[in-house]
Amino acid sequence: MGTRSLLWDITKKYLTVGLVGLTISDRYASIVSIRGSSMSPAFNPGSDTNDYVLLEKFCLDKYRFSDGDVVVFSSPNNHKEKHIKRIRALPGDWIETPNLDVLKVPEGHFWVEGDNSVSSLDSRSFGPIPLGLIRGRVTHIVWPPKRMDRVERETNQRLSPIQDRPKFY
Amino acid sequence: MPPPPPWLSVFPFCDSRLVRTQQTTFQIDIASDIVSSMVVGSLKLWTDLVVEGFQKSLRVGKFLCLLHAIDTYVCTPVLPYGPSMLPTLNSTGDLVLVERVSTWLGKVGRGDMVLLRSSEDPRKTLIKRIVGVEGDTVTYLVDPKYSDASRTCVVPWGNVWVQGDYIYNSRDSRTFGAVSYGLVEGKLFWRQIWPLKSFGSLHGKAKEDS
Repeated sequence: MGTRSLLWDITKKYLTVGLVGLTISDRYASIVSIRGSSMSPAFNPGSDTNDYVLLEKFCLDKYRFSDGDVVVFSSPNNHKEKHIKRIRALPGDWIETPNLDVLKVPEGHFWVEGDNSVSSLDSRSFGPIPLGLIRGRVTHIVWPPKRMDRVERETNQRLSPIQDRPKFY
Repeated sequence: MPPPPPWLSVFPFCDSRLVRTQQTTFQIDIASDIVSSMVVGSLKLWTDLVVEGFQKSLRVGKFLCLLHAIDTYVCTPVLPYGPSMLPTLNSTGDLVLVERVSTWLGKVGRGDMVLLRSSEDPRKTLIKRIVGVEGDTVTYLVDPKYSDASRTCVVPWGNVWVQGDYIYNSRDSRTFGAVSYGLVEGKLFWRQIWPLKSFGSLHGKAKEDS
């Protein structure tokens, strides 16, 4: 009887901790690791270590984002895969696609590109992505300690939405 | 050491070591002791209250966490609104349960009614029926109200094709194209208690319709 109640106590404790952790990671913030070099030099500048980053979820209430935010989203082709990229354009912006077309990002979608455009699978291959697939915004690097820092919002001039295009596009 | 005077038991807060002093200072001592013990007593009361309140709110917090987990991973109630699913769901006043498990397992297929996040406005959710899954060829009427022109397309990998049951007034994949599976949030499985005659599982109905 004693061992049973002890086991029950331990299970209850673990269950509670798990539930609280789950809620926090779903609603407020979680920590994820980044694999691959598609976002270097901002993340994973050396190829041997993985960066751990803080992912905040408050932005999912209103789905308000801005250019240059780093977001984690599930891939439009495979919902089990998560990608981390930088937002380049939001609904209504004009964007230059690789085959030199100019495209208006449709309502409720966004355009992402990796910082390291050489090895990055992003909107240039699968087009604009629905905002509903975003799973969070990256705000801080938490590991390794020497690179602990805020993640800056960075708008690259070359890739930024084209402002001075004629209106008839 | 002299024995404590008998009246000392009236003041349960003082102890016998005070009895050594002279009469006058003795009384002052007793008085200050009573005051300080009252302060200590009320402080203890307050700490007890704070601790109890903390424990209570912790319990409420845990309960909310449990609610969140059930809502996100097991099932959630939804109030559908709008005419797009008309013969199956009323345009207003129904309450349906949406389960998340089969979405999570990837077991959502043709004929299932699903709750999905709109790809046009991520703050909205829609209820539609899946007509085709990835790789299917879907033929649909472009605008059944005014013409019978139809169009055929292939659903891309990782996407589903959703349509409302009432195709004359439904904004669905025919306007915004196939939607990514990641936007599907759950499968409708139970129509709710009210009105009573429509109480029951939606499962058989989905089979009939598809």
